[in-house]
Amino acid sequence: MINEQVAQKLETQFPGAVIVQEEPVEDCIMLTSDQWQDVAKFLRDDPELKFDSLQCITGVDLGDENPMDVRYNLHSMSLLHKIEIRIPVKKDNPTIPSIEKIWRIGDWFEREVYDMYGIRFEGHRDLRRMLLPEDWEGWPLRKDYETPQTYHGMVVPKVKS
Amino acid sequence: MSIIRGEEMVLNIGPQHPSTHGVLRLKVKTDGEIVSEITPVIGYLHRCFEKHCENITYEQVIPYTDRCDYIAAMNNSFGYVIAIEEMMDIHVPERVEYIRVIMAELNRIASHLLALGTNGLDIGAFTPFLYMFRDREYILDLFETVCGARLLYNYMWVGGLSHDLPVGFVEAAYKFLDNFEPQIDEYNNLLMYNKIFVERTADVGVLPADVAINYGVSGPNLRGSGVKWDLRKNEPYSIYDRFEFDIPVGEGIMGSVGDCWDRYWVRIQEMRESVKIVRQALKQLPSEGDIHEAIPRKIRPPKGSIYKRTESPRGDLGYYIVSDGKPKPFRVKMRSPAFTAMSVLDEISRGWMLSDVLAILGSLDIVLGEIDR
Amino acid sequence: MNGLFESGFMLIVGLTIAGLVIFGLMAAIAIIAVYIERKVSAFMQDRIGPMGQGAGLHAGKWGLLQTVADSLKLLLKEDIIPKAADRKLFILAPYIIFIAAFIAIAALPFNQVLIAVNLNIGVFYILAVSSLGIIGLILAGWASDNKWSLYGGMRSAAQIISYEIPAALSIVSVIMLTGTLSMQGIIQSQAGTILGFIPNWTIFNNPFSFIAFFVFFIAGVAETNRTPFDIPEAESELVAGFHTEYSGMRWAFFFLSEYANMFVVCGVTVTAFLGGWLSPISGVMDSPTWGLFWFMSKIGVLIFIMMWFRWTFPRLRVDQLMNVSWKYLLPIALFNIFGVGLWILLVG
Repeated sequence: MINEQVAQKLETQFPGAVIVQEEPVEDCIMLTSDQWQDVAKFLRDDPELKFDSLQCITGVDLGDENPMDVRYNLHSMSLLHKIEIRIPVKKDNPTIPSIEKIWRIGDWFEREVYDMYGIRFEGHRDLRRMLLPEDWEGWPLRKDYETPQTYHGMVVPKVKS
Repeated sequence: MSIIRGEEMVLNIGPQHPSTHGVLRLKVKTDGEIVSEITPVIGYLHRCFEKHCENITYEQVIPYTDRCDYIAAMNNSFGYVIAIEEMMDIHVPERVEYIRVIMAELNRIASHLLALGTNGLDIGAFTPFLYMFRDREYILDLFETVCGARLLYNYMWVGGLSHDLPVGFVEAAYKFLDNFEPQIDEYNNLLMYNKIFVERTADVGVLPADVAINYGVSGPNLRGSGVKWDLRKNEPYSIYDRFEFDIPVGEGIMGSVGDCWDRYWVRIQEMRESVKIVRQALKQLPSEGDIHEAIPRKIRPPKGSIYKRTESPRGDLGYYIVSDGKPKPFRVKMRSPAFTAMSVLDEISRGWMLSDVLAILGSLDIVLGEIDR
Repeated sequence: MNGLFESGFMLIVGLTIAGLVIFGLMAAIAIIAVYIERKVSAFMQDRIGPMGQGAGLHAGKWGLLQTVADSLKLLLKEDIIPKAADRKLFILAPYIIFIAAFIAIAALPFNQVLIAVNLNIGVFYILAVSSLGIIGLILAGWASDNKWSLYGGMRSAAQIISYEIPAALSIVSVIMLTGTLSMQGIIQSQAGTILGFIPNWTIFNNPFSFIAFFVFFIAGVAETNRTPFDIPEAESELVAGFHTEYSGMRWAFFFLSEYANMFVVCGVTVTAFLGGWLSPISGVMDSPTWGLFWFMSKIGVLIFIMMWFRWTFPRLRVDQLMNVSWKYLLPIALFNIFGVGLWILLVG
């Protein structure tokens, strides 16, 4: 099953959830964030889809004024098909429903995305920093991130890029 | 009469502890010896891999991928280079493909040896650990003759390899394999079928298949739970479809499917399968071919993104790479198999004893460099 | 008055000399045993172990002086006492453990004449004082104010107390056979042969005492906290268990006592089951000098077996450890007493 078929199925099930791309360049499904939790549950449980394995959650900052993307790579261990789902989130107040109860690995993946991009996953039970120290300020993988001058009084060495 | 219930004690295992396999901290809630909750605290080894990648060119990323999983550096750079090659539509010469598979499988054996040895060490068996390190040393010697490095190779390049095989490598590799295969039986006699080891691992830390899939656990840990899933067979990349090998899965020989013993057993079996693959690859290895032939002058993948996963010794190693057509990657995300394996620790070790937690942790084969990146 | 002072003075001098001799012996045993342990483990693991290398200051041929150098290093190390530790108990603990091992050696018969005190209740005395060391372990675990140490202390308390019982019960079956509690008496009653060629040692006396030997030896390994029963130290779990916070000379005392304990346990096993200083061929080579040789070599074999255990086996879990003691060793030991009683009644 490929992306378009899944997209059609989702469109009939959840009207308004799929963002129609004007000229689809890449192989993915764009979704709005408001129905994401229901859609995710549907994707996992529907007998024709059965995406039981969440491979990866990637946050991407598209730079400038573009919204940030959260990209989910799903795979079905039983039906052997995979899709990619992208959900754009606004940069000024990035929130997205959490799917950590649907795929348990989402717990750590979401924490990592939160850690790096500051995207808040609503409904996540334990949204803390994952890899960075708890008191780190800022979201390092955003394109407009600036490395702080000091950390706890220690001077951060400048890196030439 | 009320049941006397003591206060729970919070125990910090790590960041410095003999059996955390790196710099990991586990906040463990214990009631006497029984563990009621584990909170892994990771990030002590965070080296900003993903941030670095955005500031360096595509080829410069390869040494960084080596350093993520320093136990299986070949496999890590393998995954990265074939992702880039797929984006740029590069077809590498046959000889390169074979050499890559040989290196990746040898490194898989080395990685499994380390995993098994340290798993034994966590349970208190010191001698098997040194036996396995002795044999791992031969593999590292082979790598040293190939590329000069013993741990971090920077060997796989986009479109090719850094060096061709040295003279006499094939014979040396055959010699190693001939010596190594009987050694596996020795390990089994010494550790795997040891009564105490079986007592300590069988039925301990059972990871059911559905939980494993839900937690995204992959590789030997998933196969230990009885799921026949191996990307080398199910989604063949490179030239893995040309080799004959089996996928060993946990059968619950000593306890129930998915226990620590099964995970250990699967790794032992996988070493045998890797030996098979290396033998076939050495046999079919084309003697002619320029390994630098397909290396592109400029590595600039076209605009777009790719999610490519390969089977590293620890499981599905995925790279999500976004390119904007410039010489530097726009975004590189690494989906590390040890990361997902680590997340399931709390789920499967609740209710076990303190000693079991370390046995389970060892059986999951985590590498902190890859978890923290 | 003067005479009393003189005899009292002589007594103290005599005791001091005896004490120093035993202390020197203990230190020598520990140093040799550590060297042997390192070499044995090295050969088992396909290594060569400590080797003296190059010119100038080095650890001697084949690393023979390695442990001497190590102990010098330990003597010179800084003595660290954690701030939060209970200072008095922290300092006291290693001495208690050491003293327990120390005074147990006093009742070991090295040959026909060489025994510090030939008590008429020797076996009982050794069993009693060797379990004194447990107090030291618990104190060390508690006083360090460290969670790992506390775990180690708790575990060792549970372990040693459980393994005391099968050990003592197996000794009871020996006492039933020999009819004496004196160490020398036990050995002397094992003189002679069975069927003319098998030495009349307790282990060969009857099937029940044969089993009792294994019960006692396993319990003995457990009492000395060695792998596979080393859960109080459990390096990969508890960092170093009860002696996590100890360093320098204090730590060396723990180390010293571990090897002294091994020696005592093996010494008791040899005395009770393997004929002590008796020659394996009755009547041949049984002078006191040979007696010392036989006694030490029998102990050497047993210590080697303990080392062999340590470098091949993984570690048991704490509940499995208790299972071994309470579910297997204890019933077997009880059954043995019954069996030995029957044997004495029927065979005589």
